[in-house]
Amino acid sequence: MVEHGAENASTGENRANPTRMLEVRNLSISYGSKSALRDVTLDVRENEIFGIIGPANSGKTSFLRALNRMDVFTPGMNVEGEVLVSGKDVRSWRNLYALRRRIGVVFPLPVGLPMSVYDNVALAPRLSGIKKKAVLDVIVEKCLQRAALWDEVKDRLHSLGSLLSGGQQQRLTIARALSQDPDLLLLDEFSIAVDPVTTMRIEDILKELRKETTIVLVTNLVQQARRLADRTAFFLMGECVEVAETEDLFAGGVQDQRTREYVEGRFG
Amino acid sequence: MRASPADQTILDRRNLDWYIDKVVQVLVFVGGISAIIFIIGIFVFITREGIGFIFSSWDPIEFFTSPRWAPTSSHNPTYGALALILGTASVTGLAMIVAVPFSLGAAIYIGEFASGKTRESLKVLVELLAAIPSVVWGFIGLSILNPLIIQWFNVPIGLNVLNAGVILGLMAAPIMTTIAEDALKAVPDTYREAAEAMGAARWQVIFKVVLPAAKPGLLAAVLLGVGRGFGETMAVLMASGHSINIPTSIFDSVRALTATIAAELGETAHGSDHYQALFVLGIFLFLITFLINLTADLVVRGIRNR
Amino acid sequence: MFEATEINMRHRRTEVLFRLLFGMMTILLILPVALILGILIYKGAPVLSLDFLLSEPTNGMTAGGIFPALVGTIWLVAVALIASLPVGVAAALYLSEYAPNNWLTRAINLAIINLAGVPSIVHALFGVGAFVLFFKFGTSILAASLTLAIMTLPVVIVSTREAMQAVPQAFREACWNMGATRWQTIRRVVLPNSISGILTGVILEVSRTVGETAPIMFTGAAFFLPFLPQSVFDQTMAMSLHLFVISTQVPNVPEGLPYGVALVLIAMVLSMNAISIAFRMYLRNKKKW
Repeated sequence: MVEHGAENASTGENRANPTRMLEVRNLSISYGSKSALRDVTLDVRENEIFGIIGPANSGKTSFLRALNRMDVFTPGMNVEGEVLVSGKDVRSWRNLYALRRRIGVVFPLPVGLPMSVYDNVALAPRLSGIKKKAVLDVIVEKCLQRAALWDEVKDRLHSLGSLLSGGQQQRLTIARALSQDPDLLLLDEFSIAVDPVTTMRIEDILKELRKETTIVLVTNLVQQARRLADRTAFFLMGECVEVAETEDLFAGGVQDQRTREYVEGRFG
Repeated sequence: MRASPADQTILDRRNLDWYIDKVVQVLVFVGGISAIIFIIGIFVFITREGIGFIFSSWDPIEFFTSPRWAPTSSHNPTYGALALILGTASVTGLAMIVAVPFSLGAAIYIGEFASGKTRESLKVLVELLAAIPSVVWGFIGLSILNPLIIQWFNVPIGLNVLNAGVILGLMAAPIMTTIAEDALKAVPDTYREAAEAMGAARWQVIFKVVLPAAKPGLLAAVLLGVGRGFGETMAVLMASGHSINIPTSIFDSVRALTATIAAELGETAHGSDHYQALFVLGIFLFLITFLINLTADLVVRGIRNR
Repeated sequence: MFEATEINMRHRRTEVLFRLLFGMMTILLILPVALILGILIYKGAPVLSLDFLLSEPTNGMTAGGIFPALVGTIWLVAVALIASLPVGVAAALYLSEYAPNNWLTRAINLAIINLAGVPSIVHALFGVGAFVLFFKFGTSILAASLTLAIMTLPVVIVSTREAMQAVPQAFREACWNMGATRWQTIRRVVLPNSISGILTGVILEVSRTVGETAPIMFTGAAFFLPFLPQSVFDQTMAMSLHLFVISTQVPNVPEGLPYGVALVLIAMVLSMNAISIAFRMYLRNKKKW
């Protein structure tokens, strides 16, 4: 995995730095005439949890939507600048569905699709052509276990996923995202609709997942970023104010007064 | 797990799913524009059958001013549509006089007064009324209303403007009620709550707030009712008496544009003047209803843009 | 302050008055129709029997049953449905899943409204000009059914679109985010969750098609044809036209006969509508999310 990257760096074929999973260059997003994000440049390293904090309407969600090219399906959404995943511009993909398959997304509000729990998790593998039940069974069980949901649903895999409790649905959503075996996992304020106990469990899962995937975690909870993120970016009103090692950020080593005020809870 | 650029090239191939998606997109688009194709097709094909007559023997002045529709006359066939236009207009007009107040009243009752089960069952009932086929309505006019009119008003014939107007009114009312109720429902509840918070009674809220706000939608309901009455064929054919007359009272028998086509098309030779003249009536009907629907659409769009 | 003042009392009286007035109007709208239905049943019921449904008209249509008309109507409806369903669902899919907010979409919506608003006799003229003459189908079930299909297309489109739009956008986005194509999303999420709504619309369309008369008069329905159609290129009798013919064109028809035909026709239409409505209510109570 990492070896791959090293090879690329040595051949120098690609201008991207291979230890960087995600590179964003001068990204601006607007909806019609309304600007949502202006000129954001940042990198996300492989196998790190990258936190993004900021108050409402700071462009965090728009940022995530640009990463897996949801702008294509969002009327009026206009994206400028570059987004490189593993060194390849997301807009250079001829088959954007293949790109999306490599990027898992978890929404603020849990979305259990109105099909059985099993079908929810088996959907992505099925979409990529896996039909054998034995293979699907293994994937479903593995993903549900990694999302800490298996024990709760193993006896009702064939009941509707959309009728689970909110916390369960959120873990189902995570299991679904994991079933894609994503290189990059995007989480958008996942704890909004989830109780604190479940939140802590999901946070533990994310720490485990860091070993095998890269995570971008958008959160409105500053402390959550502190607990989980290796590095954290602060977004404010469509601007990326600063990116820093999370420890530094919370130890007061910030360059911008606004970041300090937000982190200390003076606004937000 | 991480894909190198080389792997990415493999991943980035357009696969079967990608092509299926594109094909479906094209098919669905064709389906999407089918309505436009059909509406243009209707215009093209009825014009194609009628155009010869328009450019040869059609006299627009006679068409709009002469009440003499005598296409089968052997020595002097004439194609005056005035009586037919007035027949349609009188029947539709009476139908609206009957239907508009009741439809709006019923819409207000269902939308603003009734609640819960009453409201649901009334809506279902109105929907069922709207489903009764026009030929059944025509039959009702012919065999139930006809003797009643003769008996009540002591007139020789019960198939006349009154009969067709009432039948058409009963037909159009459920549709108008449904659309008007939708228009009332589209008025945000915050309007009502704001007015009620200021101490207005329910009827005041309805007349001062809800009705003015829903006016374009209600107007559209009436327009669509007019369009429906205008284009109705079988019921009018069976209930109006089907004789060429410029109506002077509601007890006169009349003949409608639509009914004329329905009654005569079967008896004409393909390509004859008479046959083509019936298609010209069709073109006329098409254009009028198109205009009515367009106006209704613009009126409704007016609300959204405001 | 909250006593029943003079003004308050008057307001309440006016309120009750208006409630009564509008309630009366609603009743007056429904009552005549209920009466009429009562008369239809009263006069039509004695004619009905299994034999009436399953035998041919005899004695110049003044006696006998309605079997050929019944079968003909089923033919017409079935062929119309086969023609309109794919087109209607595709149109609804386009409007619900693909259509951007632009002039073309507005034009499509306007065309749908117009298609529903064009008089049925104009649809008949179109059927004659296009299917009977231009495409040379002759007066046949095919020509009549295609005319009916185009006429009732808006019913399918509108109800199908509504059923599809009732599927929350979040489901689609979740699916897209997993790398599903639009079509995969439609097939796995949108269609399975709107199929019952689509079915409701289809039943509604069938009920519309059953009752239409003018569009089939010159395109494929015959006044009297004592044998059953063998293919879509045959002419056929139809319930709606049969009612028109025996109540206006045929002399010496016994009084009960047209009432019986009308009753069967209206029973077909209303029962299908009732099924559609009941189905819709059942669905409303059985949400999957």
